[in-house]
Amino acid sequence: MNWESWSAFWHMGGYAFYVWGSYAVTLLCLAGEVFLLARRRRTLLKTLNQMHRLANQDRNETPT
Amino acid sequence: MMSINWFKYSSPATFYPLAGRLVPLFYTLAVLFSVAGLYVSFFVAPTDATQGEAYRIIFIHVPAAWMSMFIYLVMAFWAGIGLAFNTRLSSMMAQALAPTGAMFTFVALWTGALWGKPTWGTWWVWDARLTSELILLFLYIGYMSLTAAIDDPRRADKAGAILALVGAVNVPIIYFSVQWWNTLHQGASVSLTRAPSMAMTMLTGMLLMALAAWMYAIAAALSRVRLIILEREKHTAWVQQLLDRKP
Repeated sequence: MNWESWSAFWHMGGYAFYVWGSYAVTLLCLAGEVFLLARRRRTLLKTLNQMHRLANQDRNETPT
Repeated sequence: MMSINWFKYSSPATFYPLAGRLVPLFYTLAVLFSVAGLYVSFFVAPTDATQGEAYRIIFIHVPAAWMSMFIYLVMAFWAGIGLAFNTRLSSMMAQALAPTGAMFTFVALWTGALWGKPTWGTWWVWDARLTSELILLFLYIGYMSLTAAIDDPRRADKAGAILALVGAVNVPIIYFSVQWWNTLHQGASVSLTRAPSMAMTMLTGMLLMALAAWMYAIAAALSRVRLIILEREKHTAWVQQLLDRKP
């Protein structure tokens, strides 16, 4: 085990800013990408479903 | 002889549900490898004799840098296949990889800066390794802007493919830059031809984190290619059927 205590762990031998700055920004980038993908999927499906419903309505209302 | 019809999966309509099943699998693997990798990186790998704890940045810096180059090559490969054989799905795959590759390039540069400051005394130098990696980021951004700027998807694919293929020259330049030019950046940490220049536990941590990055990249690219497929095929019968089933 490398660390005598949790505070020693967070202190990172004096390099806390550099080490945690690296890990935090990486995590932010990954989470950001996953979030953007989920949002893009939500909006896309909403638009597609709307278009699809409207197209179906038109078809039903057209006299045959 | 067992034969699998691989061409079946080159059709967006069959690839879409397949990718949908694979995405959660690869996200799960990414989480598992991350947990194992972070545990080894922080609790098993010892403190570095010369760099102290600052070296622990290596566990994301090196995997991110590997991914930035590797994803570019895969992207250029699919773009090239799409250009040569006019296969729709290959070009979509190339476009799906670009943002993830750009993200890893940014992470490599960012963690490099935060590692450079305490070890070299500077955030940034205009040397061959750092400059060519920055050019890689611009290539990704250029590819994404170019394909986004052209309305006709087929023309966007072609223009993007040419940019991606020409830019691929930059990848070996990044990789070999530390050998070809004098640089502040250290040489390769891992090589196939000689013993690794680091402790076994450090190497294990780095490889686990690299595997996590791989799994994440596959999951993100597959989930993005699904969106691109839906966007491009929205008027086709199979997408309409899909919307009928899931209102």
